[in-house]
Amino acid sequence: MGILLRARRLSVSYGRVEAVHGISLDVSDGSIVTVIGPNGAGKTTLLSATIGLLPSRGDIDYEGASLTTLTVEERVAAGLVLVPEKRELFAGMTVAENLELGAFARRRSRDAMSALNDVYRRFPRLAERKTQLAATLSGGERQMLALGRALMARPKLLMLDEPSLGLAPLIVREIFSIIAGLKMAGVGILLVEQNARAALQVADYGYVLETGEVALEGPASDLATNPRVIDTYLGGSVPASA
Amino acid sequence: MDLSIAALLTQDGITNGAIYALLALALVLVFAVTRIIWVPSGEFVAYGTLTLAGMQLGKPPGTVSLLVGMAIVAGLLEVYVCIRRGEIARAPRRLLLWTGVPCVIAALVWWSAPLNLPFPVQVALTLAAVAALGPLLYRIAYQPIAEASVLVLLIVSVAVHFTLTGLGLWFFGAEGSRTPAFASASFQLGNVNVNVQSLLVVGTSAALIGVLYVFFGRTLYGKALRATAVNRVGARLVGISPSFAGTLTFAVAALMCAFCGVLIGPITTIYYDSGFLVSLKGFVGAIIGGLVSYPLAAAGALLVGLLESFSSFWASAFKEVIVFTLIIPVLLWRSLTTHHHEEDE
Ligand SMILES: Nc1ncnc2c1ncn2[C@@H]1O[C@H](COP(=O)(O)OP(=O)(O)OP(=O)(O)O)[C@@H](O)[C@H]1O
Ligand SMILES: [Mg+2]
Repeated sequence: MGILLRARRLSVSYGRVEAVHGISLDVSDGSIVTVIGPNGAGKTTLLSATIGLLPSRGDIDYEGASLTTLTVEERVAAGLVLVPEKRELFAGMTVAENLELGAFARRRSRDAMSALNDVYRRFPRLAERKTQLAATLSGGERQMLALGRALMARPKLLMLDEPSLGLAPLIVREIFSIIAGLKMAGVGILLVEQNARAALQVADYGYVLETGEVALEGPASDLATNPRVIDTYLGGSVPASA
Repeated sequence: MDLSIAALLTQDGITNGAIYALLALALVLVFAVTRIIWVPSGEFVAYGTLTLAGMQLGKPPGTVSLLVGMAIVAGLLEVYVCIRRGEIARAPRRLLLWTGVPCVIAALVWWSAPLNLPFPVQVALTLAAVAALGPLLYRIAYQPIAEASVLVLLIVSVAVHFTLTGLGLWFFGAEGSRTPAFASASFQLGNVNVNVQSLLVVGTSAALIGVLYVFFGRTLYGKALRATAVNRVGARLVGISPSFAGTLTFAVAALMCAFCGVLIGPITTIYYDSGFLVSLKGFVGAIIGGLVSYPLAAAGALLVGLLESFSSFWASAFKEVIVFTLIIPVLLWRSLTTHHHEEDE
């Protein structure tokens, strides 16, 4: 299994304030890596820097080549796709148009829209609402659209920033089963989550980010039974079946 | 004023309004996608008229030199960026695109000018030449500062406006030009005398607006521009780069301005510096639409055309004053009815 994404000594600053301090992180092909941590730890900052929306110091390699000179658009075209915390949908455009634009980076390939049926199969709700404006979708539907739009780009590495944010438990389960399904299809996933329990259940490996530094890392099953993680992120109760 | 004069003024007003409407739509488009208040749009209108006039006189218009000059600057910028990013292999392709293509268009115009080709061919070449100036201008003046605030972009726009006016004087000379009417016929509709020329202008504007409607509503690239306008970050995350969107927008907008230049040529004598006043009228229309609404901008521009035509009948010396005074109540009304957002877009 090859390393898909490798970050070394990655630092990210807002002006003169450094928010991420020299962290290192790996994601291999077809694996799920989760980053958990408290509010303001720097998780969103880490993803923004990886997609190229924020400048960073240190090295980021993707498929063995350095990302540092690539623009956001070039990274997307290379299969590195982000579902951002704020979703950034095209509010005044229809669901179908949002999805179509999701494949913009692949516009030159003959099967650019081939992911569409797959997305509609995964999210029948979106298929029912094709002609509805994105701005009028419910919160959960908006998350589905954000995820669907990202899948239209046929990502090799999908970065998800709190995909379960504000969702009903039933939909959270749906989203996590989709994430597991994507892994089976060979997509690498970098998952930032507040819902640490669900994230550690689905992930292979995990990092705990605190105040811009990696406080703990290890296989997800180890983290899930680590007393410190249980105390701080899993609400202090040991899972019944560990 | 009797009914036939009113009909005549209305016809004039709608004809001019249709041209201003194209301009207003171009201004809204540019602002929506790039946040640039495109002050120098009028220069593109003037270049359009002057280019066509030059071709009709059988002498190569100043557009040729302007295109070649800007293409060389843009090409050098592209090569510089390629070298700085360590991607020298990409330089030839970029050079071909940014310098080669505009130079081919310039060469075609230069070569065909003395041949006295059929009018539609001359119009097509004029449109191509002026439309090509749009992306070049974006590449040279705006792309390097695309992330700047609206105010900085506006200041640059004003500077670009003066520069392009100066270049207009240099390349086209100080004499004004007027192109012959497309058609001199007219016919009687009821007891109103209808000019075929006016019909052609209004029809062309309407057809172009229709084409744009299809472009933005149905094509992937049109949707990509709308996406950039509604959410810049979202657009980047699906792979639409701001510079790609800006370049395409300026091509479309410059083409619209070139159309305005071709349509206005038979109506008014155009000098190298006439564009500004024309574009201001487009701006009044665009501002009535709050710089965001396309239908309101077009309607506003029609209103400007009608107001201009009627005020030139009642008080011709004050016609511009009346048109531009209109903007004050409109701005007041808009500032009272629209909500202000913290973001500058
Ligand atoms: N645009 C910005 N300008 C200045 N500081 C910022 C900016 N965005 C984030 N920060 C700061 O950087 C730090 C990390 O923020 P970040 O959004 O990455 O946290 P996070 O881990 O994603 O938190 P959450 O779980 O609440 O989403 C915080 O202290 C935050 O205040
Ligand atoms: Mg966050």
